Amino acid sequence: MGSTNSTLSKIPNAGDLMQETGFSPAHIVRLYDRYKALDKDKKGHLCPQDFGAIKELAMNPISDRIIGAFFSSGQEVLDFPSFVRILAHFRPVDKNRPKDPNSPEHINSRSNKLKFIFQLYDQDKDGKISRQELLQVLRTMLEKQVTEEQLESIADRTIQEADLDRDDAISFDEFRKNSLWCPSRSIKCRATD
Amino acid sequence: MAPYSQLSFLLTVLLIFGALCVTSKVQIQSSSERQSASSNTGSTGESTSNSSASITTVPIVTWKWHHVETPYLVALWILVCWLCKLMAQLNSKLKSFFPESALLIISGFILGGIVWGADKAQTFKLVPRNFFYFLLPQIILDTGYFMPNKLFFSNLGAILVHAVIGTCWNAAAVGISLWGCYLGGAMGNLQIGLLQFLLFGSLLAAVDPVAVIAVFEEVHVNEVLFIWVFGESLLNDGVTVVLYNVFDAFVSLGGEKINAGEIIKGIVSFFVVAFGGSLIGVVFAILISLLTKYTGKVQIIEAGFIFVLGYLSYLTAEMLSLSAILSVTFCGVCCQKYVNANMDEKSVTAVRYAMKVFANGSETMIFVFLGVTAIDTDIWVWNTGFILLTLLFVLVYRFMGVFFLTWILNRYRLVPIELIDQIVMSFGGLRGAVAYGLAASLDETRIKEKNLMITTTLIVVYFTVILQGLTMKPLVKWLKVKRVSPTELKLIEKVNNRAFEHILAAMEDISGRIGDNWWTRGWKRFEDTYITWFLMKPEARKNRDYLFSIFHKLNLEDAINYVTEAEKRGSLAFLNQTDGTIVNFEKKLRFSGVMPDIMSELDFGNNNVQPTSDTVPSVSLNIHEHEMKRMNEDFNAHHLLQQHLYRSRKNHRHKYSRSNFSINQSEDEVQEIFQRTMRSRLESFKSAKMGVTPAKKITKHPKKDPNHKMSNGKTTDKSKKHPYGDEDFEFSEADSAYSGDGPRRFKLTLSVAGVENPAFIVAPSQGAQRYLPWSPRNLHRLAPLRISDRSTDSFLMADAPATEESSEESPQQPSQRDGTHM
Repeated sequence: MGSTNSTLSKIPNAGDLMQETGFSPAHIVRLYDRYKALDKDKKGHLCPQDFGAIKELAMNPISDRIIGAFFSSGQEVLDFPSFVRILAHFRPVDKNRPKDPNSPEHINSRSNKLKFIFQLYDQDKDGKISRQELLQVLRTMLEKQVTEEQLESIADRTIQEADLDRDDAISFDEFRKNSLWCPSRSIKCRATD
Repeated sequence: MAPYSQLSFLLTVLLIFGALCVTSKVQIQSSSERQSASSNTGSTGESTSNSSASITTVPIVTWKWHHVETPYLVALWILVCWLCKLMAQLNSKLKSFFPESALLIISGFILGGIVWGADKAQTFKLVPRNFFYFLLPQIILDTGYFMPNKLFFSNLGAILVHAVIGTCWNAAAVGISLWGCYLGGAMGNLQIGLLQFLLFGSLLAAVDPVAVIAVFEEVHVNEVLFIWVFGESLLNDGVTVVLYNVFDAFVSLGGEKINAGEIIKGIVSFFVVAFGGSLIGVVFAILISLLTKYTGKVQIIEAGFIFVLGYLSYLTAEMLSLSAILSVTFCGVCCQKYVNANMDEKSVTAVRYAMKVFANGSETMIFVFLGVTAIDTDIWVWNTGFILLTLLFVLVYRFMGVFFLTWILNRYRLVPIELIDQIVMSFGGLRGAVAYGLAASLDETRIKEKNLMITTTLIVVYFTVILQGLTMKPLVKWLKVKRVSPTELKLIEKVNNRAFEHILAAMEDISGRIGDNWWTRGWKRFEDTYITWFLMKPEARKNRDYLFSIFHKLNLEDAINYVTEAEKRGSLAFLNQTDGTIVNFEKKLRFSGVMPDIMSELDFGNNNVQPTSDTVPSVSLNIHEHEMKRMNEDFNAHHLLQQHLYRSRKNHRHKYSRSNFSINQSEDEVQEIFQRTMRSRLESFKSAKMGVTPAKKITKHPKKDPNHKMSNGKTTDKSKKHPYGDEDFEFSEADSAYSGDGPRRFKLTLSVAGVENPAFIVAPSQGAQRYLPWSPRNLHRLAPLRISDRSTDSFLMADAPATEESSEESPQQPSQRDGTHM
């Protein structure tokens, strides 16, 4: 890959971004190239259509939600730092980073990763996954031939198993407790040079 | 079907076959005698009957063995090899344990034993000529044709490093170490010198594509690892050919005449051979693509051209002493896209299936013959030191080479290759028939120890294929033992896990799995402008927009389904009913094979959009009542979840496979997901615009654009009561002329009709409701899909085709009714 340093200087606030997200310079440059490539019309920012144009994404059942997660709080434009911050959630957990108890958690801490995913479920941002929201998610992730009743039963059972305080919704804590999965995998920018 | 009956059947065949061999030998001798007698008597021309002696009566039936001998034996051998493959597949327990290639070699041993028992000599060896000219080309053509181009080219640097440097290292190291050991006396007395050791090293150095595929198919490794080993096994032929020829020439010249000049010539020849071979492949690829551009009239045989021209590319390179494998590989790699675009659907399918048949068949035969050839007392020379040392060095230096090169490469990679992958890569360096073929082609006058080399090569091949093939799967499993053993997961965990996988896949796609840089885009631009104009049919060029054709198919499908249902019921009023009938369109819709093979690594092979009568789908409508309301209490939600969750992309990513070519279930799944996503986008867009409950299924009435003969198979007859929204689908072309000097620009504009006949607003049926978008609040502003127009497949495809020019949009705007576009 060409001159990382010169490209790095073109990226505004690259240093802060690296500090905040923990990406290496090469990663930031790579992401910047990608950002620019996605921004077809050279607007300088991304909008949902740019994500929609990614073909592989259309083969993902929850693609719309994921796109929505990038454009949180109703904005329609996505600038580079926000783009990088969201992708930073998926970096591997840094085991070696010194833990400063007073500083906010790193962006790719396990808790933040789970929070990001929680937000995909919880569309109305009330901090709980209601039965309705769960139904919607299940609907997208299950094959067409699952009937409505089956869906509802699955949703009911799911909430039953996970809900500890019996409020018929899954809060973030309950969600976290039920996630044994350790997000040890991360996305890898597979540039090969 | 009991395997035993198959076994006995096979044995019978083999016995007959063995007997035939014996009798054939007798016949050969007698007929050759007679033939020489007849030629002596001067009767040329036909040798109709067995004897030149005059016949005394009209023969009713004669035994004409010598007429059909060669083709008969060939056909019989092919049959027997394929029967062995069948047998190998029968026993599933054995199959999961032994790799198929190992089983085939063992069958070869048995067959060889039978033949040897009958003839006391191995009449059916793997002759190098037959191998190189008749068995190998189609295998390589198959690999080239189905090569995942994007992956291949983006990893080309690493592949070349391994192929060139790795192979040279292997050759040199093995040769020199063996020579060292020879000097040290570990091998006793042999008539062999350094150059011959180097020659031997070079023929053993190359990783074999046939063997690698055969073993890696059964072991699922990640795609980068796979393409590295696979690509290396193909590209190292360039090096192998050069090394072999150079050292062969050196051996002929003799040690004294080798000076710097010769060595430099050797190095130069590498470049000539490698690039020359590739160039020939590219030339033939261009020929094929050009040819398929014009074979529209002979669709019935246009599939055959690929094979013939592919084979010719192999032979041409061989004729010019260039690398034939490289030639065929690049021929396949370069022509795939254009050929798939130009040819008719049926031809494309025909080519694919035929390739698989040939490749698989040849591979089977190669392995069987590798086994048969071993049963031959003539070639076996045992020299413990030589053989064992060779084995050792081959293994050790492979490991060393891979680790060292990967260490270097890792320093330039964003994502390092892990240790496990390196181990698998080293272990996957299998030698195969190519090495044997080269060994058997050695000149025994110059190389006295030819038989020893053949023996050793065979042993190395057996060792790598059988033993390493056997242990590969357990090794992989053992190395990845770090997985947490799952206790029974709760439902929410299962859902979460699947959601995580989807999210990760999406993030990979968003961040661009494969590098998307200036070089890639520049090539794409060049390719779109010039090459596709040159090599693709005009219609194929027009229809390159994959997403558009999918959209179109979706709507046709909807329309057809509704109309068919209406015919069954008499009218479309059924959609008014909300009494709980579930209209469940179980589609086994095939689009008549028009739907492209999505899974082929995003190489969206193109299809001509021809919604002719072929596309009448076989729709089966299951309409059942609400008895499902009464579900029993111990309803197995877990089981349902397990069964019906969509799999994520990792789980059904494309794998190059020689033995599996099928439109498998995961493709249906992907199509389903894709359709749902498209639908929901269309409908969320619609609901945003209309502000009305999205009660309609959407379809399109393609405007009869005068520039395009877009025949739509569905009716636009408005007399039918279509409960459809009027969405007009405009299809405009920015550049009118097919001048080809500007890029094709298609734009999809979707405008919404203002007026809607209120009579057509119906409440959605239950089934339709499922498709209605759940429209989370922030998503209804997901403005309609911008479908871009670039070619969807290329060698180096970036994820989203680029449309640099957006100025076309503004002139179109005033013409839209609502000012909304897609």
